[in-house]
Amino acid sequence: MRIYKWTRTIFAGILIIGLAILPLAGCGGSGPEANREVTLQGAGATFPNPLYQKWFSEYNKITPAAKFDYQSIGSGGGIKQISAKTVDFGGSDAPMKDDELKAAPGEILHIPTVLGAVVVTYNLPTVKTELMLTADAIAGIYLGHVTKWNDAAIASSNPGVSFPDTAINVVRRSDASGTSYVWTDYLSKVSSEWKEKIGAATMVNWPPIGVAAKGNEGVTGQVKSTPNSLGYVELLYAEQNKLPYATVKNSSGQFVKPSLQSVTAAAAAAAGQMPDDLRVSITNAPGKDAYPISSFTYFLVYKNQDNEAKGTALVNFLWWALHDGEKMATDLLYASLPQEVTAKAEQKIKSITYQGKPLRTS
Amino acid sequence: MESTLTENAAGSGGDRRRGRGPSSSPFSRLNSRPRIGDPLFKWTTGLFAVLVAGLAALIMVEMAVNSKLPFQKFGFSFLGRSIWDPVAEQFGALPFIYGTVISSLISLIIAVPVSLGVAIFLVEKAPRALSNPILFIVQLLAAIPSVVFGLWGVFVLAPTLRESVYPKMQSALGFLPLFQGNQNGLGLLTSGLILSVMVLPIITAVTTDVLRSVPGAQREAALALGSTKWEATLIVLQNAKSGISGAIILGLGRAIGETMAVTMLIGNRAQISPSLFDPSYTIASVIANEFSEAAGEIYLQSLVELGLILFLITFVINMLARLLVWSVTRGEGRGGHV
Repeated sequence: MRIYKWTRTIFAGILIIGLAILPLAGCGGSGPEANREVTLQGAGATFPNPLYQKWFSEYNKITPAAKFDYQSIGSGGGIKQISAKTVDFGGSDAPMKDDELKAAPGEILHIPTVLGAVVVTYNLPTVKTELMLTADAIAGIYLGHVTKWNDAAIASSNPGVSFPDTAINVVRRSDASGTSYVWTDYLSKVSSEWKEKIGAATMVNWPPIGVAAKGNEGVTGQVKSTPNSLGYVELLYAEQNKLPYATVKNSSGQFVKPSLQSVTAAAAAAAGQMPDDLRVSITNAPGKDAYPISSFTYFLVYKNQDNEAKGTALVNFLWWALHDGEKMATDLLYASLPQEVTAKAEQKIKSITYQGKPLRTS
Repeated sequence: MESTLTENAAGSGGDRRRGRGPSSSPFSRLNSRPRIGDPLFKWTTGLFAVLVAGLAALIMVEMAVNSKLPFQKFGFSFLGRSIWDPVAEQFGALPFIYGTVISSLISLIIAVPVSLGVAIFLVEKAPRALSNPILFIVQLLAAIPSVVFGLWGVFVLAPTLRESVYPKMQSALGFLPLFQGNQNGLGLLTSGLILSVMVLPIITAVTTDVLRSVPGAQREAALALGSTKWEATLIVLQNAKSGISGAIILGLGRAIGETMAVTMLIGNRAQISPSLFDPSYTIASVIANEFSEAAGEIYLQSLVELGLILFLITFVINMLARLLVWSVTRGEGRGGHV
């Protein structure tokens, strides 16, 4: 009996402490309406995270009332969290699928922010010239048809280069990722065999070749430490690690070196066919300067905002990011949006509303 | 011994009963004071114990509930299927179970003889002044984070194996299917090697404790009967064998659940190949790799089901380890140590 009483006292104590702490957690931003502080929660893609963090801190300097908290948990996580409304905005490299959009509790807008390129990086100690690859060669390597460096598929596009008679140590991503999505999306477009057998997704049933490493840094490390290897990583990682990357033949038959300009060119070429919801794949884009393996990365936001203060802050931030923020992108090795796409993204931002009335008009 | 114990217990019980009554004993006030500390202590610690046990049960229930979809779709064939295709939503666990079990077995085949050798040397041969520092260093190995082992594996071990060790193994033993195929430094054998370094300190530490708990009288008796030092050690090992198996199973548990270092070194390819040089995949690695971005309910739930399988494997192994360790310590208690 006594014991029962005691446990009751303890439970009551815990309850009281809990109740005392609860209101503390919710008491942020109870100042006057004008300079009310808002914290916007976001989650999603890891690829643009360095740039986003820079944007948040720069924007916070000019707008101290708006705070941002972005967790780079991956594109899939970003889509899940924005669909569950646990965050105010999501980030994703791959556009949301139709059924994902349908399952969400409200209309979700895709706002493109910057562009990323996936490059074919390699470690060939005996070859000093820059590697040139055709789409067929890349698909052949990843399907397991092209297994040696001196295969005709590689040699034919690199005249005068003598390749070693050794196996290609193929490296891919082991974790599900936006990078793999762009990669498999490209392969699906250039190879019908890839499209039928494997398809495009953040994680696929890879043909039984090569090894897989976790993250861009894992693939980079693996390629760096394995002679005669080849893998795919974000342009940023190949640049930072001083790894060579291949020039790739695009759909217009031109060999294009991946660069911020050639990626923006791919986006500009694809802008004409951009659907209204801005969900578009720009892999294998037309245009003779377009680098074929690249993609947009998006902010995911609800068209109808539930909270006026948060909605206003979000819209103002997005506007700033598209204009002032975009200027910081190239320094951090992100390709900025072409003019045509910025104009379309502006329209999207203007269409964000709170209780039917637009939050930004100018 | 036992009879005195029961008498004591009965006596104290009697005292307590008397203390409650309205007697004039000088201790009556002391005894009638409400005893708060003891029950409070008992119930709080009890609560913690129940919480932990409940947590384990809850994890299992939660995983079982959250892997309903693949269970409905594939049933027990999930265990025997080799396909892992997130696009077509076809899943099977066999390559992962294979990779988990084989890489752990390789690690034990390498680590067990070494650990036993170290433990026997430390307990039977080395002077205390030497054995304690060595044991300390061995245990320090256990404190190295697995990601550090992984990095070392990627940048030092794998290139060394690829360039100097594996080619020699292939030219000497290449006639066996175990050592055939194209090797690039990553794979089952490499991850087994790194795992063996990771489980070595656990097996060594537990075995050392077990050997030390074997009464010295046994060694003396063996020596007195004319056996050599080596034969005396064999007798000690004979008596410690269930404790040593407990140590090995603890090491196996660690190897099976290890994630980071294995993910970095196993090559992450879901396949069953006879060659130890080929990439493979473990349950823990596939969960770590794919969980955060798993899109689609059945994909996510298949990963959860893999987690459940891993949980059951480790659960069974830990239970075996407990049983073995328990049987050893019970034996000691009878031996009259305490």
